[in-house]
Amino acid sequence: MSSDRIEAGTITLLSGKGDEIEAYHAKPTDAESHGSVVVIHHMPGYDSSTKEIARRFAAHGYGAIVPNLFHRYAPGASAGDGAAAARAAGGVPDAQCLEDVAGAMAFLRAESGANGKVGVIGYCSGGRQSYLTACNLDVDAAVVCYGGGVVATPDQLTPERPVAVIDMTKDLRCPMLGLFGVDDANPSPEHTARMEEELKGHGKTYEFHTFDDAGHAFFWVERPSYRFEAAREGWHKIWEFYGKYLEG
Amino acid sequence: MCTYLTSTERVAGTGLGAQGWFSIERAVVYFDHPQEAPVEHALCIDFRPGEHADPSQRVAVELDARSARTLAESILATLAHDEVRALGVD
Repeated sequence: MSSDRIEAGTITLLSGKGDEIEAYHAKPTDAESHGSVVVIHHMPGYDSSTKEIARRFAAHGYGAIVPNLFHRYAPGASAGDGAAAARAAGGVPDAQCLEDVAGAMAFLRAESGANGKVGVIGYCSGGRQSYLTACNLDVDAAVVCYGGGVVATPDQLTPERPVAVIDMTKDLRCPMLGLFGVDDANPSPEHTARMEEELKGHGKTYEFHTFDDAGHAFFWVERPSYRFEAAREGWHKIWEFYGKYLEG
Repeated sequence: MCTYLTSTERVAGTGLGAQGWFSIERAVVYFDHPQEAPVEHALCIDFRPGEHADPSQRVAVELDARSARTLAESILATLAHDEVRALGVD
């Protein structure tokens, strides 16, 4: 019988390129073997809602880590100040994001009890970064929660984000689960159809679910965008998906 | 919707933050998820000092779209008022 015990707290994480960033780590304390998940926070930052998601993964038997992608812009600052500072600086470059996620993956794979399988999940801008990660790093399963900007026009590309992530689809290395709201404007149902077309065209393993009566950020329990039905069903899909690809 | 769309304007003024008054050099304007306002999206403005200042040193506002338009129109109307124009400061 599981004790349901978890441990969670702030750690210093070594990024893939060697510098240190803040991260939030949670894990079950009595699992003999567990899969792991890198949780990528949304644009509003490295906040309490995202840390709560990490603890939820731990309670379900997964090791989880949330790298603070905004740490470099505002070390030790509140989530809001960090998000504002990152935005003022042009946002997180894709290359830097990948270094931080790579560091998180290495941490999770090295910890005691880890079975070596690591998934990634991201919300909002983190959903795009989850897609980015799945096309560039050696993850075992990727969940994209309403990732906006995966489909990008040339005028939306910047020095920080120079390539449309959808154009990386051919390099996707793992199965992907996509969770979206039908009322979302970015990604809109047209955007998700475009993603599916690309995934199908390259013969990738994926499943997409678009929920009725839900828009962007329907998992975010503290906001008016929260949608109980979509979030509940979404969590079921996540447990099934990670159960299939990260356990054992 | 989440968006990186951000406009940064050079401005000159002062703002009152948690630590008292400070000089403002930039206004960062965007429309996205607010941190606190109970709406799905908000017009957000961060009034900030120079680039190397403490990240917590800012004055932040989050307005629903209608409020933001009303405020913008009010600012422009105020600056266009005869009494203000007569000062010749613009």
